[in-house]
Formats: sequence, C-alpha cells, structure tokens
Amino acid sequence: MSTRALATVVAVVLVVALTLGAGALSLRRARTPSEYYVASRAISPATNAAAVSGEYLSAASFLGIAGLVLSRGATSLWYPVGWTAGYLLLLLFVAAPLRRSRAYTLPDFAELRLGSQAARTTASTMVVVVALLYLVPQFREAGLTLRILTGAPTWVGAAVVAAVALVNVTVGGMRSITLAQALQYWLKLAALCLPLAFLLVHRTGGSQVVVERLRDPHWLEPVHGGQGLYATYSLVVALFLGTMGLPHVAVRFYTNRDGRAARRTTVVVLVLLSVFYVLPPVYGALARAYLPETPTPGTGAADAAILTLPGHVVGATLGDVLVAVLAAGAFAAFLSTSSGLVLSIAGVVGQDVIGRRLPTVPAFQVAGVLVAAGALALTLLTSGLAVAQAVELAFAVAASTLCPLLLLGIWWRGLTSPGAVAGMTVGGVLSTAAVLTVTTGAVPRGGLGVVVTQPALLTVPVAFATMVVVSLLTRGAPPPHVARIMVRLHTPEAVALDREGFRARGADD
Amino acid sequence: MSAEPPRRVSRVTVTAPPTHRRRRTTITSEIDAQTQLGEVYVRSLVRAQLRLALVVCAVLGVTVGLLPVLFVVAPALGEVHLLGVTLPWLVLGAGCYPVLIALAAWYVRRAERNERAFVELLGAHHAPGRQP
Repeated sequence: MSTRALATVVAVVLVVALTLGAGALSLRRARTPSEYYVASRAISPATNAAAVSGEYLSAASFLGIAGLVLSRGATSLWYPVGWTAGYLLLLLFVAAPLRRSRAYTLPDFAELRLGSQAARTTASTMVVVVALLYLVPQFREAGLTLRILTGAPTWVGAAVVAAVALVNVTVGGMRSITLAQALQYWLKLAALCLPLAFLLVHRTGGSQVVVERLRDPHWLEPVHGGQGLYATYSLVVALFLGTMGLPHVAVRFYTNRDGRAARRTTVVVLVLLSVFYVLPPVYGALARAYLPETPTPGTGAADAAILTLPGHVVGATLGDVLVAVLAAGAFAAFLSTSSGLVLSIAGVVGQDVIGRRLPTVPAFQVAGVLVAAGALALTLLTSGLAVAQAVELAFAVAASTLCPLLLLGIWWRGLTSPGAVAGMTVGGVLSTAAVLTVTTGAVPRGGLGVVVTQPALLTVPVAFATMVVVSLLTRGAPPPHVARIMVRLHTPEAVALDREGFRARGADD
Repeated sequence: MSAEPPRRVSRVTVTAPPTHRRRRTTITSEIDAQTQLGEVYVRSLVRAQLRLALVVCAVLGVTVGLLPVLFVVAPALGEVHLLGVTLPWLVLGAGCYPVLIALAAWYVRRAERNERAFVELLGAHHAPGRQP
C-alpha cells in the first residue's frame, strides 16, 4: 500500500469515527419522535447554523466547484454564489414561517396548509425524487474518491458512506446528526484551508506554473454570450430558488427554537457559507496553473484532479498527507450530506408509507434502512450514467416543485390543493424529463440542448403559473382553516394566539 | 348581610341587555375569533413582511441579479485587474458574499422590527392600564 493510500485510509477512518462518535455522544437522549425528527427543537442558532452549513456543503461544493473552475473557468463561479444566495431567499420568504408552521417535513407543511392528502402525497413524491437525485451523486463521488486515492473498488466508498449515514440516522435521529454535522462544517473548512496554505507557501513540487492557461480568455469569461446568458440565468434561478425546496435543508429549520431563531440561524449560515465558498475557486485556479493537463468537464476526472493537486505541487510525503487531509474533508462532505438526505427521505417514507403499520420511531428506523439500501442499489445500477450533473438538476427540480408550494403556500391565501398538486406535477414532470435526458446522455444539440441541461428558467415560471391559474379556477369559499394558518405562520410566538388545528404525525409537543 | 333601608328609587328602563357589555376588547381575541377586525391586523403584518421581503429581493435582483447582463454588455470589465485578479473573478469569487450577508442582516432587523410593532400593538390593547 502506498503512503498516499495509507494516509487516505487513516483520514477516512478518523472522519467516520468522529461522525459516529459525535452521534454516540447524544445517543442516550434520542427517544421520542420529536427528537428523531427535529431534535426536540432545542438547538442554539450557532450550532444549528454550523449543522445547516455542514449538511449543505456536499461533494459538489467541496470538490465539484473546484473541478468545474479548473475545467470550465469563470462560468462555474455562479455555483457558489447561487448556493449562498439561495439561503438569502430562504431567509426572506420561508425561514420563520416554516419554523412557525410546526411541521416536521415538507409533506407535513403541504398537509397543514392545504388540508389535503393528495397535496401531501405529491409533495412526498417530490421530496423523494429531489433527495435521491442529490443522494446518488454523493455515494458515487465517495466511491470515485476512494478508488482514485487507494485503488479500492467504487462500491467500497459508496457502501461506507451509506452505512455510516444509516447508523447515524437510525440510531440517533436528528439530535445525533446535528452535532456531527456542526463538527463536519469546521472539518471541511479546515480540510480546505490547511492544504491551501501549504500550496500557496510551500511550492517545491516538480510542476511548472503554466501562466498561459490562466490567460485563456474563454476560461476567464464569466458569461458566454448568446445562449450562455440563458444558461447563466437559468442556473441562477435554479440555485436561488432550489435551495429552499431541498428537503434536507427544510427539515433543518424545524429544529430552531422559534421563528426568530430560524432567521438568525440563516444569517449565520450565510456567513459560514461565504467563508467556505471563497476557497474552492482558488483550488480550481491553482489546479489550472499547476496540473499538466486540463480534464474534460463533467467527468469525475476534474474532481479527482483537485484531490491529487497537493501531490503535484508539494510532492513527497507532505503532499500525500495533504491529499489525505483533502480526502478527509471530502468524506466529511459525503457523510454529512448523505446523513441529512437519508434522514429527510426516511422521515417522509416513515410517515407516509410505513407509519400506518408501525409506531413512529420503529417506522423511521425501518425507513432509514430501506432508503440507504435503495439509494446504494440505485448508485450501483446507474454507474453507467452521467450523474455528475444530477446535483444541479436536483436544484432545478426543487425550484420547479417544492419552491412554488412553499412560496405560494406561505404568502398567498388563494392557493388551493388542486392548484398545488397541478403545479408540482407539471413542474416535476418537465424538470424530471430534463434530468432523465441529461443523465442518459440523450441531450440534443443546439438551443434545445441548452434548455434541457438548464431547464429552470422555463420550468419554474410554468410551475408557478400552473399553481396560480388552477388555484384561481378551483377557488371556492376560502376554507376557514387558512386564516388560522396565516396567523400561525406569520405571527411571532410572543403573542398568545390560537395556533391549533394541525399536529405533525407522531408529534408529542 | 347588608341591611340597606328600603329606598324609593325612581325606576329607569334598561335599554340594553347587560350581555352587550361583554364586547371583545383585545385584538388577540379578535384574531382568535377570526373577526374582520382580527383579519385586518394579521393581514397588515403579513403585507408588511411580504413588502419587506420583496424590497430586499429587488435589491438582490439589481445587484447580483444584473451581473450576468453587465458582464455581457461590458466585456471590458474583464480587462480590469484588481489585486492581481480580473474584476469578474473578484466580484463572483468574493465580492458578492458581503452583499448577501448585508442584505440578510438588514432584512432580519427590519422583520424583527415589524414583529415588535405587531406585538406592541396587541399588547397595548391587551392591558390598557399597564403600560411598560
């Protein structure tokens, strides 16, 4: 076994141990449904913000952005900006009302607001679709990382991540993964900062700086004209609006103490993400300058290039150790995001599919096993497909389905259940069709191809319009519960008002 | 036992039944009973919060949101170097984030102010004799 493989294995084992250890620390306290789902809503904004950021910064953020900057250049800088700005929009329109709704999951919110089983089922379906689109690339990327650095078969990395996520989620639930995810934010930040410091200071490797490749005008250009402007805006819309519809992000807001804490958490999240997102583009640019060749965009090669960058620049044992540090950060990203996603899908499956037959907590645990095993199987089955873009497409699907449900549900009394179901269905079918086209590699050439790879600028307005038009067509007498729900969503908790009328399934508080 | 001496009292006609004195006096009870008055108060809060969110959103739109158009319309910006980096790289790589954080902090201050005003409005009617 080479030094690099050994160092990587040690780093990955340490990260796994840290994740499980943090979960075990809070193990004895997760007993009730509300602790499993929302950690009994007793987590401070600072911890919660680190946990939100830790959960959110996925493989795409840690390796993907740097790899894209390396291969495509400045057009990729919109990703970190969009992923951060998504939290600003979430803060403006969703954070406090979502917390005040006192629902556990997005389907809970749909049922609460619309009082309809059909709306709940549609929202559940979209949650599972979005989360799987996001989860499979995490597993895939973990497999690739481990294969590149240690030579292990790709299923090993995926299985490790799936197993750890499963243990953390089924044993401890939300309380257990909150601490682990808060730690993982700081771990990821350190894992990017440390090698970067060496790369900038200690350049003793054999590689020569290829300044010419940093002067390439196409690489430097942030927006390519014509179709590029459409593609950029479509990406911006997907990222800005998709964040609020990500199920593993939404569930995090239920763990705040109250609406005010939910807002303050979001501001801290913006700060933490901003600090983090400055770093990956620097890696991309350094890799562009130091690596002998530019990998093809959209393949695992670009992400792998980032992992091995310290080996090229610093060289020798120190280089191998720095590679292992990056691998540790990457695994922290896979583990935290996967845990959050498995938790959010298990929450939905546990409530809506199994919950009718079993008590809440066992249903949740059985659902966790099914979800982790199912996603792992899906990862192995789709190994021939281009899932690299699935994460950004997951944002487009979330922006076209769950985002309009949240925005119109919170701010417009006129939203009806048929309207919400129609809007989510139309947005979901259109954006999912785009996903399938891209992952199977059947993207047509020319303008239509640009639309298919970046569908949000069309599918999001269509979904909103469908929701509004069908709601207006099916408008009857306003249901009496809507006024009560508006009170519940928007009034501060300090006022003693009647907010009853809905309890999340399995709620005990 | 009071032993009030019987007095001659001139009879007056009671013109309103005493139940009418049980008027809803607090806004919270108006809201709970979903009266039109209660609705007005809740709607005013929701409108104020939505207006604030849309204003902040609009500021985001004309700052970060217009950057793609700006970069296409004024490609000369790509020639400007600051701190050894071209301007678009500096703006997208680092410059956007302080704007996002500032907008978020501004929004939270204003949203909490709206809510405080709502609480005070309700509190003032709730306990008219006990001003803080």
